[in-house]
Amino acid sequence: MDGYVLGIINLLAINCIAALGVSLFTGFTGVFTLGHAGYMAIGAYTAAILTVEHGVHFIPAIIAGGLLAMILAYLIGLPTLKLVGDYYTIASLGLGEAIRLVIENWQSLTRGARGYPGIDNYTTLPVSLGFLLVMGIGMFFLVNSSYGRAFKACRDDYVAASLLGFNTARYRVLSLAISGFYCGVSGALLAGFMSFVQPVMFDMAKSTELVSVVVFGGLGSMSGCLIGTTILTLITELFRPISQYRMLIYGLVLVLVMVLRPEGIMGTNELSLRYIKSIFRRRKKMSATEEGAR
Amino acid sequence: MAAILELKDVNKAFGGVQAVKDMSFKIETGELAGLIGPNGAGKTTIFNLITGVYNVTSGDMEYKGRNINKLKTYQVVSLGIARTFQNLRLFAASSVLDNVMTAAQQHYKYSFFEAISHFGRWKKLERLTRGESMDLLERVGLADRAEQAAGTLPYGLQRRLEIARALSLKPELLLLDEPAAGMNADEVDQLNELITSIHRDFNLTILLIEHHMDMVMEICPHIVCMNFGAKIAEGSPDEIQNHPEVLKAYLGEEE
Repeated sequence: MDGYVLGIINLLAINCIAALGVSLFTGFTGVFTLGHAGYMAIGAYTAAILTVEHGVHFIPAIIAGGLLAMILAYLIGLPTLKLVGDYYTIASLGLGEAIRLVIENWQSLTRGARGYPGIDNYTTLPVSLGFLLVMGIGMFFLVNSSYGRAFKACRDDYVAASLLGFNTARYRVLSLAISGFYCGVSGALLAGFMSFVQPVMFDMAKSTELVSVVVFGGLGSMSGCLIGTTILTLITELFRPISQYRMLIYGLVLVLVMVLRPEGIMGTNELSLRYIKSIFRRRKKMSATEEGAR
Repeated sequence: MAAILELKDVNKAFGGVQAVKDMSFKIETGELAGLIGPNGAGKTTIFNLITGVYNVTSGDMEYKGRNINKLKTYQVVSLGIARTFQNLRLFAASSVLDNVMTAAQQHYKYSFFEAISHFGRWKKLERLTRGESMDLLERVGLADRAEQAAGTLPYGLQRRLEIARALSLKPELLLLDEPAAGMNADEVDQLNELITSIHRDFNLTILLIEHHMDMVMEICPHIVCMNFGAKIAEGSPDEIQNHPEVLKAYLGEEE
């Protein structure tokens, strides 16, 4: 495989990690976010500064980036997620931009808007795939545990959830902290992949892209968000030759899916052998009833 | 016997509307009590006050001698109070089994790291949660529908599922909010049987809101009747049936 294809796979793995995080928070816990690129920025700059200026090995640097993003997410979540409703969404709008602006203006630490060059190219394919594998399995395990049921309960009916003994605010904050960690790690990997980070990489457009892949793949489906990320990343990459026009195709695909399948590609289903079988069974049943009608 | 739940002069006002007025009653441990009253009398508000959905404006509520005025909903649950809802609050998209497991897991907690790694107690505790949930579904007659989405169940069965979900919290006091709403006579009979049998077998104290008078009269030896937020009568079914205030509330006054 040539370098270009390997690069796309690498980028795909990095995007998937961020999507897993947003999927947990938006898809499974039911709170929309428009600022998760901010957590990616924190992760990216933490890893960049640690490896370049302090000579830290890249693996602890990546994890430190995730942890710092997680701590910030936790602190933001405490006041905003106590309330039920769209308060966090509104706050996240400002938060994402605020993080970007702080990075842009903190010249002495981040070198400002010109960007941060000279990062080691540490995100090789095994590194990104390794992180995706470990964090992906962790996420699938998490949503298949009592915590997953608790998150979904808080999403579907917070009154009922609290009357089943869940402190719903605590679960929302926990979910945000985990998703902050995933986005932070994803950002740190991105820094090592590009070997250059710039505040403008983590703007509003990136935040909305993160939510749109999750909605596109299906809110409440981890495999759905991976499929969504794959399709949308491939579209932007495969149509790179037609430059600006690829965003047209990107938009068209998004609109088509929302019109034809409003619940997203996977809905709330997970891609499993059982799910594939059930599709075929449904097909058979449908054709059988059609014949019966005739 | 000691009172498991006691309300003393409880008031609840929403702005200028007095939803509950000087309400006082006592439920003894092990009772099956009924709370009746015309629409809008404030019955569900009482449940919402007990479970911490609303805070009382004044007065005291005691559960097993402990004041529960200021407790949050999830703290009330951990004391052993569970409830069902008048307008069903199931997790409609989740399976029937998942609905019950979501509640049953409260008694089988494991750590976050066991959850993301599936190491340690995960397997054992998930199996226990699942087993216990299936037993309860068996009990209410839903075991064969365990994998179905809860929202696709017929109405009567959804009500049974809510009861199973509340029971899986292993409560000592169960609050049932109109469990028979929207049911036909046959279904009401079956529900009667279910309520009296769980009351007996699970050692429960039950407080029941209901509009089906014949049902309440049949299964509840102790009935509280309220109207416009205030208690108008309390006693045995016979006393209630012949109480002039109750007749007035339900049938209107003679001209």
